[in-house]
Amino acid sequence: MVWKILKLLGLRSTACRLLMFVFAVQSMAWASPASGPRIYNVPDIFKPHSGSAYMIYSLSLFMLEITGAIFAVVAGLWLYIILKFHKKDDLSEPPQVYGSTQIELAWTVIPLLIVVVLFLTTARILFAVQDRPAPPGSLHVSVVGHQFWWEFRYPKYGFVTANELHVPVSEPKNGVTTYLKLLSADVDHSFWVPALFGKTDSIPNKVNSMWFNPDATGIYLGQCAQFCGTAHAQMLLRVYVQTPQEFAAWLKNEEKPAVQDPDVAEGRQVFESQACISCHTIRGTAAHGTYGPDLTHLMSRDTIGSGIVPNTPENLKHWIKDPQSLKPGCMMPAMQLSDQKIGQIVAYLSTLK
Amino acid sequence: MAHSTLPIGDSPDVTSPGGYRGAWLETLHSWVVTVDHKKIGMMYIGYSLIFLLVGGVEAMLIRIQLARPHNHFVSPEVYNRLFTMHGTTMVFLMGMPMLIGFANYLVPLMVGARDMAFPRLNAFSFWMTALGGLMLYYSFVGGVGLQGMGSAPDTTWWAYAPLTEKAFSRGHTMDYWALSLIVSGFGTVGAAINLIATPLCMRCKGMTLMRMPLFVWLNLVVGSMLLITITPLTAAQLMLEVDRYLGGHFFDAQAGGSPVIWNHFFWIFGHPEVYVLVLPAFAIANEVIPVFSRKAIFGYPAMVGASVGIGFLSLGVWAHHMFTVGMNSTSNAFFVLSSELVGVPTGIKIFNWLATMWGGKIRFYTPMLFCTAFIVQFLCAGLTGIMLSVAPFDWQVHNSYFVIAHFHYVLVGAIIFCFFAGFYYWYPKMTGKMLDERLGKWHFWLFVLGFHMTFDFMHFVGLEGMPRSIYTYEADRGWGTLNMVVSCGAVIQAIAVLLFVYNLVHSYYKGADAGPDPWDAWTLEWTTTSPPPSYNFADDPVVGSRRPLWDLKHPDDTDARYE
Repeated sequence: MVWKILKLLGLRSTACRLLMFVFAVQSMAWASPASGPRIYNVPDIFKPHSGSAYMIYSLSLFMLEITGAIFAVVAGLWLYIILKFHKKDDLSEPPQVYGSTQIELAWTVIPLLIVVVLFLTTARILFAVQDRPAPPGSLHVSVVGHQFWWEFRYPKYGFVTANELHVPVSEPKNGVTTYLKLLSADVDHSFWVPALFGKTDSIPNKVNSMWFNPDATGIYLGQCAQFCGTAHAQMLLRVYVQTPQEFAAWLKNEEKPAVQDPDVAEGRQVFESQACISCHTIRGTAAHGTYGPDLTHLMSRDTIGSGIVPNTPENLKHWIKDPQSLKPGCMMPAMQLSDQKIGQIVAYLSTLK
Repeated sequence: MAHSTLPIGDSPDVTSPGGYRGAWLETLHSWVVTVDHKKIGMMYIGYSLIFLLVGGVEAMLIRIQLARPHNHFVSPEVYNRLFTMHGTTMVFLMGMPMLIGFANYLVPLMVGARDMAFPRLNAFSFWMTALGGLMLYYSFVGGVGLQGMGSAPDTTWWAYAPLTEKAFSRGHTMDYWALSLIVSGFGTVGAAINLIATPLCMRCKGMTLMRMPLFVWLNLVVGSMLLITITPLTAAQLMLEVDRYLGGHFFDAQAGGSPVIWNHFFWIFGHPEVYVLVLPAFAIANEVIPVFSRKAIFGYPAMVGASVGIGFLSLGVWAHHMFTVGMNSTSNAFFVLSSELVGVPTGIKIFNWLATMWGGKIRFYTPMLFCTAFIVQFLCAGLTGIMLSVAPFDWQVHNSYFVIAHFHYVLVGAIIFCFFAGFYYWYPKMTGKMLDERLGKWHFWLFVLGFHMTFDFMHFVGLEGMPRSIYTYEADRGWGTLNMVVSCGAVIQAIAVLLFVYNLVHSYYKGADAGPDPWDAWTLEWTTTSPPPSYNFADDPVVGSRRPLWDLKHPDDTDARYE
């Protein structure tokens, strides 16, 4: 009822935004952590946090204003008609009107003009975003979609990581754009972090690209947006936008090979003697597999399983024992190891900071 | 033909001398071997109603699973089958048979013909469609393949490669999908041939093309579109089977094939397909709105032009489903323009319907209630469609619940609402009984409530970043409340549809007698008895205008004077 009144008053788009604001506030209230980087957990497309996302946002507002106005006028007319011309008991026939060339011409030409305006505006933003060349000093990351995790390669720095993408914030004076190259190792995927930009697909045998320049530090959430198989719903994304100093420190750490803690040498030996090494890489060890995520700096990540559970020793144990119970349909089999061996492996992995 | 007025053997009230059980078998046999367009039309409609309920159950299961985050009502494997089968069922086994059924029943009657142009092809088409549906659903039991991988298709109804290739879809699920749709595609093409040939060749005397009811025009456009539209899908499915079993590499990226080619083929089919589904809804609205506003349709020539225009333009917009696959900016811009242009003839239709109602004396019987809601809902759907054609906006909301909300606004808010209007309008003609008006109003209001609860709020959860095809979602995304509201709306819609089914059955036995023309309408089908005899018209009709019955009822103010 309220909705129909809002429709009538043409306030739907305003009410939409009001509602979205209410929902966003309500949902952020319970999700913000007490300390640490801010998590932008509601991936609201109307809350852009990068220049490229902002360009989409401003075009979207313009488009909403046009379509909102059209809706208000036509729906208003519809409501007027059904109220005014409802004749319950009058059984005589009204005058028959077969058409009117002027009116029909008007409502052909006016929509055509609206289409022209909307198209030109859209085309301008489309070309500006899609064809923008990478400015010097941009960060280039290759994103490879896998079933069901994300591989991130930093070619300039020579390392590979997984699932949690770290990029520097783009300050107004010191703008650093992040350019992503999107690839796929198996089926179609799609990289979507709404606060940073629209989605772009990862298609095997095709190289796609997208860019964003985040304007605020924090953790931005997204997920795979192209159905890729059983565990598609759990192929989550976390983008860590950091200050230049934090980012430089993270880069420095990632470039190093894996930590060699003698206390967990036993665990490392167990790891290297299992099938783990055929799928995973830990730089500086015998593990060179590329089917699964790179684990060299596993402990620098907040989550495991591409964002589905926090990275704790308990969850690691659970994951190694039975990954399907956490992520049904994922490609890692249960390793059929004894609890003791799993404990040793987890003790080793926990040192890989 | 000398014997055209003699009673013909398969008229519905023949009693066999073989006793009661014999009569039952006779009736069943007559339905199985019939080539009568009316019986075939009713079989198509009955078939689509069954799958409306099946697809509806699949939707209910989906909505129960999504009502809360991290729900465990169904596993991801089952969920992926559910949404794949829901989409495939509703498009191919509900939407297409429903529209072909209505067209089959009404087009020959409306043009004053005795039957469709090719009655045996008509029957063949129905049975092929029916077989395709059975094949698809047999996959639930028969799809077990290698390592027990199988059961129903589970890769979405658009089945993007290479997920559908043998490497990623072991077992036979995709084969059931491809082959059953190829089979039912033959049926669709046969129906399309009839839908084109009948209006072009079988019109009665005096009925020029510009005097055909708009229902017939729209089905002529639909038939033409189907001939062009089904072939890319059949081709792509055959190519997929060649990849899967005969060593082909059309879509196999590992051997130099192109997954994007599948996208192009599928959507060159898929986009005109959705116009094939919506044009019959317009067809029904074009008949119901004038009759219940008591005015001729406003701007008949423009309506014809707009319908044909939509048919043509819809063939050139397909890649707006592919704005995110990485086409170059010029290609993207082209599809932005073509998709926005298709909104112009569509808008013309909405304005013409409003202008028909303007100055009329509207009678809100149930068919008109559904068509009135259809107008404003279709307006919304068209506007969200225009939003989606703005490619940068689509980069955000593609594959999100915003898109699902948009196309359900069209599929349910426009198409299903018009089909319901068509049921309440033509059920009296098909059965001789009126559907209960009170139950009809309950059906309408409950369905409107449930529809808006579900699909209005679904737009917002899409704008908040929720992608489609996910069996569950994280609790911290803020999507839980909206999803719960959406799921509750689904329950209300289910109740409304069950009420409708009850109305259909109850009214068949207890409904008021309809007579030949219960709505005081103007096209040729209302000149026959309800239901019509198997030969439709005892004498070939001769018409002098677009509304032959209006001319007969108003000899002082005939349409023929103004056309």
